[in-house]
Amino acid sequence: MDLLDIIRAENLTKKYGTLTAVDSVDFAVNEGEVFGFLGPNGAGKTTTMRMIECVSPKTSGTLTVAGMEVDRDPRGIKRILGVAPQESNLDPDFTVFENLLVFSRYFDIPRKAAESKAEELLEFFQLQGKKDTQIDKLSGGMKKRLILARSLLNDPRILILDEPTVGLDPQARHLIWDLLMRLKERGITIILTTHYMEEAAKLCDRLVIMDIGKILANGSPGELVRKHVASHVVEAKKNGDVVACLQQEGRAVQYEVAGDAIHVFTDRPKETMDRLMTECKISAATVRESTLEDVFLKLTGRMLRE
Amino acid sequence: MKAREMFRIPVISRRTWGVWRRNYDVFMKTYRVNFIPPIIEPVLYLVALGFGLGFFVNEIEGVPYAEYIAPALIGITIMTASFFECTYASFVRMYYQRTFDAIISTPLNVDEVITGEILWGATRSTISAGIMLAVISVFGLASYPLSLLIIPFSFIGGLLFGSLAMCFTAVTPRIDSLNYPTSLFVTPMFLVSGTFFPLSLLPVGAQMFATAVVPLVHVVKISRAVTFGHLTPDLLLSLLWIVVVTAVFFIISVNLMRRRLIV
Repeated sequence: MDLLDIIRAENLTKKYGTLTAVDSVDFAVNEGEVFGFLGPNGAGKTTTMRMIECVSPKTSGTLTVAGMEVDRDPRGIKRILGVAPQESNLDPDFTVFENLLVFSRYFDIPRKAAESKAEELLEFFQLQGKKDTQIDKLSGGMKKRLILARSLLNDPRILILDEPTVGLDPQARHLIWDLLMRLKERGITIILTTHYMEEAAKLCDRLVIMDIGKILANGSPGELVRKHVASHVVEAKKNGDVVACLQQEGRAVQYEVAGDAIHVFTDRPKETMDRLMTECKISAATVRESTLEDVFLKLTGRMLRE
Repeated sequence: MKAREMFRIPVISRRTWGVWRRNYDVFMKTYRVNFIPPIIEPVLYLVALGFGLGFFVNEIEGVPYAEYIAPALIGITIMTASFFECTYASFVRMYYQRTFDAIISTPLNVDEVITGEILWGATRSTISAGIMLAVISVFGLASYPLSLLIIPFSFIGGLLFGSLAMCFTAVTPRIDSLNYPTSLFVTPMFLVSGTFFPLSLLPVGAQMFATAVVPLVHVVKISRAVTFGHLTPDLLLSLLWIVVVTAVFFIISVNLMRRRLIV
């Protein structure tokens, strides 16, 4: 085993009856990095997180966290994990501060230490003013920050975040991103799932793209773009003539129809643009750099998942 | 579910008290409200049934009607306090508040969460029974010092009904479905467990059935004997019945909950 791997999965599989939610995946997370799981709904991201968190038993394969096997030493693993779930499970019967104190007890943190830790975390997450507020009076962004604060009470080595910024306004998202980067600087390993490509590209050192229980690709955001799509995309309005023109023999162009637009992938955007304008009579088109989103859609398709 | 899984022995450490403590803290935040029902209810029953209806009843088993039903009211509150705590209240924490999910992401396991919930249910039984005993004592309907045994006994009885309740909670699809055990299990028990009239009025077959399977029969029998201040050896049989049934249903409830929560 590579000493740097803080989480390692081999042939990891999870079945619910006849449904295979996670299908024999392999991945390894290095200590101190931000590692992302991207995928549409039903891809198996949350199931994978739940297996790492030792709350959902794996069906087969191996999964070790900090050298401990998930089905052998769940308490040992849970002691070094911080978990921030997608949906709030903050305790509505308590205030902000009480939530942190009650949760500290589950980790056997003594009262005095818990109080000073809670104060410190409230300050870090800019929630000092909400100390005695009841949970249902918090905004979505504050709840997310409080969940993050709660997940850090036990000074975890690994932080697991399921959709950390879903449903937040841009200000709240940027604040959470900044705070996560500061946690990374402290050497905490961060595992996150997200639907937001921008978030993944910004935060993750490495990531995997999952769909229907399988890992389709892995690497750094930049690597994935270089490996799976051309450097640029030319976007033009779709009409029958353009499609017919692109389909003509001899034009080995990679393109995709998305709604009423055509995306042409190319490493030579200027040349492609000129050719499209002269040969296919396109009047207007825009060029942009390829993003992780192009990779994601190419690998997982445009079919709607629910 | 295989029998082996159903009777798997729960893995429990002292961490389970963290769950108990969470519920205790919430209870103490609103303690004024929580203390009202156990104070008001026995007074209402004693006035309406004991002294009202009791006016037309001579004596039952040699005691005035109010004195006859007073210990049954304690037995009933032992049942309802932990039963409602471990059904509706536990269901809200499990399903709506996701409190159990939050706790099992810490070093605690499901077994400890459920055990803590049942221990708390039993504690509520003890609190309610203790208050009710005080109220009944004000009316001069309890004999001391034996009546003090109600305190430890109500905890054991609370474990019994908390474990039974948790089995229902583990299999109920929605909170409304908990009305079934309430109407079909708790309410009939409330009325015919030797609470408001002696079991001996029932046909012999029904008496035997009640003694064999109805939990409240044994709880009321012991509550009454303790409150009246005369103990008999056959009470040990009732106590044994309670202990065995509690142990069995405690284990089943934990395993049913594991099946529900660990997927």
